[in-house]
Parts: sequence; structure tokens; C-alpha cells
Amino acid sequence: MARAFFLICAAAFVSGCTATPWVAPYERQYLADPIMSFEQHPVAARYMNHVYEAREAARGAEGGSGGGCGCN
Amino acid sequence: MPISFGIDGHTSLCPSYKILTSVICLACVWLLFPLTASAAVLPEERADSMYHSYSGGGVTIDGPSLLVRKNIGSSLSLSANYYVDMISGASIDVEATASRYSEQRDEYSLGADYLVDKATLSLGYTNSSENDYQAETVSFGISQGFFGDLSTLGLRVSYGNDDVYRNGDDNFSAQAEHRRYALSWNQILTQKLIAELSVETVADEGFLNNPYRSVRYLDPASGAGFSYQPELYPTTRNSDAIALRAKYRLPYRAAVKGEYRYYADSWGIRANNIEFRYTHPLAEKDQWILEGKLRFYQQRGADFYSDLFPYLNATSFRARDKELSDFSNVSFGIGVSYLLPERWSLFERKNTLNLHWDHMMFDYDNFRDVTVHGDGSDIAPGDEPAYSFGANVIRLFWSVWL
Repeated sequence: MARAFFLICAAAFVSGCTATPWVAPYERQYLADPIMSFEQHPVAARYMNHVYEAREAARGAEGGSGGGCGCN
Repeated sequence: MPISFGIDGHTSLCPSYKILTSVICLACVWLLFPLTASAAVLPEERADSMYHSYSGGGVTIDGPSLLVRKNIGSSLSLSANYYVDMISGASIDVEATASRYSEQRDEYSLGADYLVDKATLSLGYTNSSENDYQAETVSFGISQGFFGDLSTLGLRVSYGNDDVYRNGDDNFSAQAEHRRYALSWNQILTQKLIAELSVETVADEGFLNNPYRSVRYLDPASGAGFSYQPELYPTTRNSDAIALRAKYRLPYRAAVKGEYRYYADSWGIRANNIEFRYTHPLAEKDQWILEGKLRFYQQRGADFYSDLFPYLNATSFRARDKELSDFSNVSFGIGVSYLLPERWSLFERKNTLNLHWDHMMFDYDNFRDVTVHGDGSDIAPGDEPAYSFGANVIRLFWSVWL
């Protein structure tokens, strides 16, 4: 199951470069706004994840990407 | 003993190695098929100096955190973080069975991110040190944008190795290993909406309980009607978490974020949390950015948790750690970020001052407040009131964009 998933992902990478984005780069001005980052301040977000992980049993999947449009 | 930061581990290693093999295969595919189109970007170059504080339940944990990130050339970004937890006070567990204490945890982290076409390769190393706990973690990650940078897929694996000691007992020494495998898919959905799906498996193996903590059991021979014995956890723990988060830009210049996470592990713990966040700049130049947050968390406790065991050695495994009980917490937070005017800015760069305050309210369903017995009350064991407390979390930091 996991292997099939990874192979699908790999195929997507190889073929994906030819896809036409439905939101063109010049249409991403809203997404490029810093307020659209999932976490604007890495040092503060890292600390809150630490607090939650120390006080709650759940852990993981906190998210690592910054969001936004990747075009700044 | 630790406010453990760390990274946790697992029973059967075979699935872990399969996943690791798949990750390496995928990394090879990435490198063998270098994709063209617009390049990924390195994280922002900035330095953050933060004072953090958690205060609640009789404990205060505070200290500094310094994070610096700087590029070398156009493809390499290096980061370093020094973080300190200074712990003082006595939580309810400590009040019941031990004396107040204070200690310090120092953590050093180094990281490197390297751009290869549209992929970003990341390496990380963390060292955490306390007088009775030493931990080292290494990590490797890879992420790539595709579909015209509408999508970003990220993979991250890490391995941690801990040495556990017990103050006052030179003969005690134990180890724990932790493996984490994380996958994230970040997707631009519309011109104003972005979403991310995250999945993470964590596998722990070794000594996973706290060498100081005890469970209580009914003991008619004792004055209070109960006594204590050391807790005992399984030596493995596997967990899975899946989270979906999305951020939407409102018709006016503000953003809302929603997030949901589901968690399950081999100890029988199940948890859900949901969070909403609202971000609102006050001026076009971002001089003031306000933020509000609301978060709900609920969990079902571990199978081997009990507030009061019926007798000594009643079960093979036993825990009375309130973090493994049935409980919920509600938290709300507000934050403000202020862009300093140029005349006050250091290095003639963008400088911000930021203050965030969160209040967390914990309500335990089956963790009882045994400190009521200290007043000579005649409450029967098991009839004590359920424990609850509130905590304040402060993050005060100054950021400079380098």
C-alpha cells in the first residue's frame, strides 16, 4: 500500500512538470502575502508545538511548510 | 526529568525500514528527474530572540530561544537554534510524592537546507541536555514543488536516541529510541485558498516512562487508604497522526486558518484537536498585525492508565501520568506584531516586536486531586475531585530580517 502510494507520487513528479497550473503565478498575489503563511514565525510555532507535545499525548503532523505561494 | 521534547519511537522495526526504503527510492526519483520550471525558494533570512514562559499547575517553565537563519550563496540556507527550558515549582504529581525541584534543559539545533532545482534537501541535528536526560536527534527531509508550484510534497524522517538517568540513583541508566516519518502535501486550491495534508508516524522503543513518577493503589493498611508504586510502561509505542489545515484570504486584507488533527497510538490513546486562527493587519504596511486563536483538544487515555489501581501490581503495565488520562483542554490566544519604524530598527532592516499570549484550560476526567488529603480530609480514595487547572503561555520576541 505504502509502496504503491510512493510510486504514484513518483509518477506525479515525473509527469507533473507539464501540467498547466489552474492558478497562474501572476494570480498568486493574495497567497504571496505574509499573512497567508500557515506559521509566520518559526521560533514561536516551534515553541507552541513543544508546549502541546509536553502537555498532551498526541504528537506529530504539526506541519512543516510555511504555506504561501512559494513565489516570494 | 524531562519535559520531553522529542521524538518518539516503535515496536517492530520492519515497517519503519520499509518506509525508509521507500523514502530513499523517492529521493532518488527526485534527483534522477530534475524538473524545470520555477525554482523553490529558501526560507527567509532572519534572526529571532524570544523569551518564552509556560506557567500553570504549580510549574513555571521559561527561558530564551535564539534562532538565526542565513543563506550562503543562492542555494544553501543554514540555521541554528539555542533553546533553554528553566523549570521550577511542583506539579500536582510532584506535590503528592516528592519535593519541589528546579532544573534546566539546554537544546542546540543546527539545520541546513539545500536547493537542487525545484527540490529542497534538509538536514538537521538537535542535542538536548538535562542533568538526568540526554537526547540527540538527526533528521533528513526533502520537499519539491510541482504542477507549476501549485503543489509541494514534503517528506521528513528523523531518528532520536535518548539516555535516561535518575538523580540520586547512580545505578539507574536506560535508553530510548525514536523514529519519525512525516509526509506533507501542500496545495494551492484557488487564488485565495491554500491547504495542507500532513501525516506522521512515530515509533518509540526503550524506556518510555518517567523514572520518578508513581501510580497509586488501594492500600487499607495505609493511613490515607492508598499507597504508591513506580509506574511501568510498555517499551514500545507506535502512533499515527493525520492533520488537515487550510488558510483562506478574506475579501478584505485578513486571513482565517482552520486545522483538524486526529491521533491514534498503540497504547489505546485517541485524540482530536481543532484550531481556528484569525490574522488581521491594521495598516497596509503591516505596522500592526493582530491575531486571535481558539483551540480545542480532547483525548481518550491509555489502556493502562488508572487514577487508582485496586491493589499492588494489579496490571502488567501501569500509569498515572495525567497526560495519559482522559481529558480535554480549551485554549484561546491573542497576538500582536509591531513593525518598528526605521529610526528604531537595527541594521537598517525590517524589525518587528511580537507578543503572543495563550491561556489553556485543562479539565481531567479521571485524574483526581489527591492533594485534598493533605488537609486531613476524610474523602475516600477515588472520591477526590477531578483535577483541573489553567496555564498561561507567553511568547515575546524580537525579529530582524537579515
